[in-house]
Amino acid sequence: MRYLPLSDADRAEMLRVVGAGSIDDLFVDVPEAARLSGKIEGLPDHASELAVERELGALARANMVAGEVPFFLGCGAYRHHIPASVDHLIQRGEFLTSYTPYQPEIAQGTLQALFEFQTQVARLYGCDVANASMYDGSTACWEAIVMARRITRRGTALLSGGLHPHYVSVAKTMARFTGDALRYEPPTLSAETDFAALEVDGETSCVVVQYPDILGRIADMSALAERCHAAGALLIAVVTEPVALGAIMSPGEMGADIVVGEGQSIGVGLNFGGPYVGLFATREKYVRQMPGRLAGETVDAEGKRGFVLTLSTREQHIRREKATSNICTNSGLCALAFTIHMTLLGEKGLRELAEVNHRKAVGAAERLAKVPGVTLVNDVFFNEFTLRLPKEARPVVRALAEQRILAGVSLGRLYPGEASLENGLVVAVTETTSEADVAVFASALEKVLA
Amino acid sequence: MTTNPSGWRPTAPDAADEAPATFTGNRALMLEEPLIFEIGDSETTGVDFEGVAQEVTIGHRAFEHDEDFYKDRLAGLQRKRPIGLPGLSEPETVRHYTRLSRQNYAIDLGLFPLGSCTMKHNPRLNEKVARMPGFADIHPLQPTDTVQGAFALIHRLGEWLVKLTGMHSVAMSPKAGAHGELCGLLAIRSALEARGDAREVILVPESAHGTNPATAAFAGYRVENIPATAAGRVDLEALKSRLGPDVAGVMITNPNTCGLFEPEMTAISEAVHAAGGLVYCDGANFNAIVGRVRPGDLGIDAMHINLHKTFSTPHGGGGPGAGPVVFSEALTPFAPLPFVEKQGDYFVLVEEETAGEHHGRCFGRMTAFHGQMGMFTRALSYILSHGADGLRQVAEDAVLNANYVLRSLEDVLDAPFGASGPCMHEALFSDKGFGGGLTTLDLAKGLIDEGFHPMTMYFPLVVHGAMLVEPTETESKAALDQFIGALRSVAERAKAGDEALKAAPVYAPRRRLDETLAARKPVLVYKE
Repeated sequence: MRYLPLSDADRAEMLRVVGAGSIDDLFVDVPEAARLSGKIEGLPDHASELAVERELGALARANMVAGEVPFFLGCGAYRHHIPASVDHLIQRGEFLTSYTPYQPEIAQGTLQALFEFQTQVARLYGCDVANASMYDGSTACWEAIVMARRITRRGTALLSGGLHPHYVSVAKTMARFTGDALRYEPPTLSAETDFAALEVDGETSCVVVQYPDILGRIADMSALAERCHAAGALLIAVVTEPVALGAIMSPGEMGADIVVGEGQSIGVGLNFGGPYVGLFATREKYVRQMPGRLAGETVDAEGKRGFVLTLSTREQHIRREKATSNICTNSGLCALAFTIHMTLLGEKGLRELAEVNHRKAVGAAERLAKVPGVTLVNDVFFNEFTLRLPKEARPVVRALAEQRILAGVSLGRLYPGEASLENGLVVAVTETTSEADVAVFASALEKVLA
Repeated sequence: MTTNPSGWRPTAPDAADEAPATFTGNRALMLEEPLIFEIGDSETTGVDFEGVAQEVTIGHRAFEHDEDFYKDRLAGLQRKRPIGLPGLSEPETVRHYTRLSRQNYAIDLGLFPLGSCTMKHNPRLNEKVARMPGFADIHPLQPTDTVQGAFALIHRLGEWLVKLTGMHSVAMSPKAGAHGELCGLLAIRSALEARGDAREVILVPESAHGTNPATAAFAGYRVENIPATAAGRVDLEALKSRLGPDVAGVMITNPNTCGLFEPEMTAISEAVHAAGGLVYCDGANFNAIVGRVRPGDLGIDAMHINLHKTFSTPHGGGGPGAGPVVFSEALTPFAPLPFVEKQGDYFVLVEEETAGEHHGRCFGRMTAFHGQMGMFTRALSYILSHGADGLRQVAEDAVLNANYVLRSLEDVLDAPFGASGPCMHEALFSDKGFGGGLTTLDLAKGLIDEGFHPMTMYFPLVVHGAMLVEPTETESKAALDQFIGALRSVAERAKAGDEALKAAPVYAPRRRLDETLAARKPVLVYKE
């Protein structure tokens, strides 16, 4: 077996040193009835590298690859071009095969990269501090709600209709067990967000808004932030498309107290939904209420600058049941990919990337809105917008998929049973979308709707 | 192979201090590297775009660069102030992160004996497979007809996990071990609530990972500790006396964090079940028993599996992990969405919409999409490579290696449970007998100078100055012998009260770092 270095001679010699007659002697504590004498039934034996590659390759080929077809899906996961050097660097064994940097003297690479990551995220979000990552945007969103409860000592969270329905679903699942009250109504198929309808009062711990939201709409949250603060509540902003922040103001600039989101767009591929990287940032005064790991600057015994994991008295391995969260392993390597990609982009590159995304999306929206019967729901958007089709969008998406066009996300898929949303189609356009893709999509859509 | 092939030994531990100062602060291959905020600027980029600062022709017309247009579509919210993101060209970026990487220890560099973390070799085939476009470049919301291969992969991995654990079903979506624990506890709570028997308390052994009590609290439970026996096992009698109508269940780690199998696991499960509770098993240590023991045969109701431990997906400096949870028949109806179900030759994605009556009792959703697909591909690649025979050998070699370390060092290091029989996949030592006020921390830092990552320190909490050594099965005997030699040497120094250990490490990229300062005056982001 190519991954197991011990030879039979080694095993025999080591058993002798250990004082065991056979390997079975080392498993004596296992109750007799639970010992398996042979191999587990129905499972094949080991296989060569070539055989495994062939077997898994066959499964891979059974999927429609986004990069091989006109592709317009978003809604929390976006297809961006990732520079080749990003994937090369994260595969260096010193990053890939290292552990959580609990021994800082021999983990400065990971720690410094995390410090850079935290700074990039904080600046992008317009916040004072950011942590070293969460699992993904949806879990970061729930952790932000928990944090707001801890800070305000109030138990009611208002979720805006524009929040990703899966994020809502995660929060609802958790709230059922923790006793938090959530108020939420699905969005309407209109250009207007529901901020005015959010009734912030003395029991509200936080208001959660997505920016840009699930339909791609963008709205100024400054007034909402003021309303929250006047009522003693926190404003949580969720960003599922970080590239947008190269073009539009950050939530922090508009008064959001906690900003969380999905970082996948920068450096991490689609990967069928994971692993991704949750981003989490807030105000300095709330740092001790944050979940997750934090890298911090310090000095070593010779006075050299170095980095360590810090403020760990918030965390489970120290505080156990009193920790701010149970999170342990986070998304370190994806955070590294984010940081490397962001360093390659820099401010200039991020702004250009955002501009290309926005302009291509505008062009696509105008083209698709010309398809007979199709209207553009929101004319304010970044790189993702919602179309109202003259009929239910879900079968249209399926019909286009049969023609090898991945046309976007139907709201029927995201909001099953919501009849008022079923004609909605959310379309994302990035720098990877070509003019030809848009043309093919538009003409196929026209035929399917005819 | 000899354990010190060059035969050279440093004359004194502080020899490095006598080295001449350099202009750069570098020491040959040990290269200092500034932060990107000190070397990059906002005008530099390592990425070129087509059509920027010219005209972009997409859709039906060409757009001139037009600020009004930009404003109209963005509700007047366009960025007005600089973000403060420095950029570097590609060569500078590659050099920066390559230099940083060289300040890390890694499995690729040497044995990584971190107890309860299972730092085994990460096969590169797994990386190759995960990057196949058919897995890496598919969107989680694609129509299900277009991702049948992905569902097939998730389903096949799930089948393996169910068979290897002897359980009834599996939830694939949890993102990491602690997320899996949460999944298991929410299923337990749902099952109890479904029978109208909400309970408030989860019992956790003193030796548990910190995630266990934190998870129980996160799931809304009150946590109480169960004491351990002198032999390092759960005290069954103490457990039994605490069980009652308020106890929802127990969280047991088996093999436990002392590196020992809980021989009374079946009795523990029976007692908990008899009192109306359910049994959660922390599967962090599954590597010790994979292919030899099925947790399902021990009466366990839920267990997470760290794919990044037992099934070799890389730790990546702290994640991403993956924590699928296997369930007993009793908990299966409560498993979270979404999941993949095979109907004939077709794979169906069961979500909120499709759960219907068939899965009406599922407790909800834990994450936006399907879980850690990129880890599933790697784990299945690992599993198929080993097969049923290889996985059994994995457990055997992991346990043999740990016992070899234990018995090779128990004359020099105190092994608190050494007399109670063999350990499983990790060997536990204490700081008993260290001289001159030296501590486990000092020994660990001394091991760094020997070229090894330290073992897990001060955990489990039930042993004073604990040192938990998990070598894993992917170490050769020669590598183990060298490690044993190094640990023996440092342990002898610790027992002799060698003051120099307090200054260790001296050969690492950094000397000991001031963690108190970092916590007292937190600097968490770069400030100009």
